[in-house]
Amino acid sequence: MDDIQKRLLEEVADLHEVPEGAYNIRANGAGAGRRSTANIEITTKEDKPGIDIRIKDGTTHESVHIPVIISETGLTEAVYNDFYIGEDCDITIIAGCGIHNCGTQKSQHDGIHTFFVGRNSKVRYVEKHYGEGEGTGDIVLNPQTIVHLDEGSYLEMETVQIKGVDSTVRVTKGDVAAKATLVVKEKIMTHGKQLAETSFDVDLNGEGCGCNLMSRSVARDSSVQVFRSDIRGNSECHGHSECDAIIMDNARVDAIPALSANNVDAALIHEAAIGKIAGEQITKLMTLGLTEEEAEAMIVNGFLK
Amino acid sequence: MLELQNLTFTASDENGTKDIIRNLSFTLEDNKFYVITGPNGSGKSTLAKLIAGLYKPEAGRIIFNGEDITDMSITERARAGISFAFQQPVRFKGITVKDLIQLAANGPDKKDHTADVCDYLSEVGLCARDYINREVNASLSGGELKRIEIAMTLARKTQFTVFDEPEAGIDLWSFNNLIKVFERLHDETHGSIVIISHQERIINIADEIILLADGEIAKTGSKDEVMPLLMSGNIAKAGCGKGKV
Repeated sequence: MDDIQKRLLEEVADLHEVPEGAYNIRANGAGAGRRSTANIEITTKEDKPGIDIRIKDGTTHESVHIPVIISETGLTEAVYNDFYIGEDCDITIIAGCGIHNCGTQKSQHDGIHTFFVGRNSKVRYVEKHYGEGEGTGDIVLNPQTIVHLDEGSYLEMETVQIKGVDSTVRVTKGDVAAKATLVVKEKIMTHGKQLAETSFDVDLNGEGCGCNLMSRSVARDSSVQVFRSDIRGNSECHGHSECDAIIMDNARVDAIPALSANNVDAALIHEAAIGKIAGEQITKLMTLGLTEEEAEAMIVNGFLK
Repeated sequence: MLELQNLTFTASDENGTKDIIRNLSFTLEDNKFYVITGPNGSGKSTLAKLIAGLYKPEAGRIIFNGEDITDMSITERARAGISFAFQQPVRFKGITVKDLIQLAANGPDKKDHTADVCDYLSEVGLCARDYINREVNASLSGGELKRIEIAMTLARKTQFTVFDEPEAGIDLWSFNNLIKVFERLHDETHGSIVIISHQERIINIADEIILLADGEIAKTGSKDEVMPLLMSGNIAKAGCGKGKV
């Protein structure tokens, strides 16, 4: 692995060396390292690119790292990773994709991650998307996350895209069984002429289930962001979605929330707020000695922290 | 020492222009505690904002320690040693109490000073453990925000501090504590502390009271000299007391 690849790995997965526990590293479309453990088995898919990750019942305090890095220009790939998580597990999954494009051709990674979370299992899923490179070729990342939550299970997804991705269409779908909970925390910053579309589609099927979708974003320069959410409450359930965006320069932000209550006991809420940085926030920080630019940076960093 | 020389500020709205501050001159000495009081609309908050640089005067000069700061930005004035506590503190999503107080104490890019931040919070009657990592957002009440705003001025310890109605919203906390905070700041900085207030208990502790009316100084002096005029509601006719206070 060369220095560029090592740096990408650090950006997307905070990895400085081979991680503890199970891992699978994919570099430029090929496997660059894998380890299964007694409880976590990683195998290559037979029918299409990607891997299956099978986690035994009762696996706790273990982690799986599955970063993807691309440093070749012109590489386009779609990868299917399926997670079969047993019952009563408590695990952390770190994914993420970093692309370094120094050429003129487009580099694109479409990661389709499907989670089957067993009864009463708890999953923390972290993914980070990052692009860099001095080339003119576009960096495109289209992650799809499909979550099937069995009874009493819990999945919390943290997804971050702060820098360098020219175009992204992010799709998250979920179906949630009784007493299960889906939580998504998304943070996005776009600049230049970037486009980020994000779409949440959740069916709250089981009694006492819930979801909480929280998106915070900053759109700078001439970038465009579109936020869509559709929560369907099909039983006694709680659903909440929140889109909070700072718009700057000549950017555009669309928020298109939808709620469908198909049951009288479905309690659904959506909150959306889009606005520029309040002038008084900048002024306050200036009275503490920051310049206008420093104040703006502190506000944006805090918002996305 | 801060000198205001022939300061004039005009505001415009759909009804035309109005003089908010009219050719106002006076000098605020170091090591003194001033209260600016006066009826609503007399120009008190505007004057504070002119000093801190939030507004620019149409005419006149502001001299701080002999240097003309009239054309300086808010940032430059803050760095020169002027602090301003807002009447209505600002909320920030994602920025914590610690972030703000640490910035106030040390400026940007400085090391962790958690212990100091805890001291400043305790000073304003907030339990540091409960507040230090909280976001300065809508989850904090107006009174809590107000105390954090005051803690920031304690952390800054500048030579000149102006508070815009600091007592508003802190009724659950005692006035005595608020006054102790001002006294501590006074002891530590030996600078000028200027408080915009209607509160008699704050007026009581001032070395000098400045009574504003219609953008002019109607009267300056001790409590006994100024309060009768304020209470009589007959301020506009006084028209005296301009000049050095």
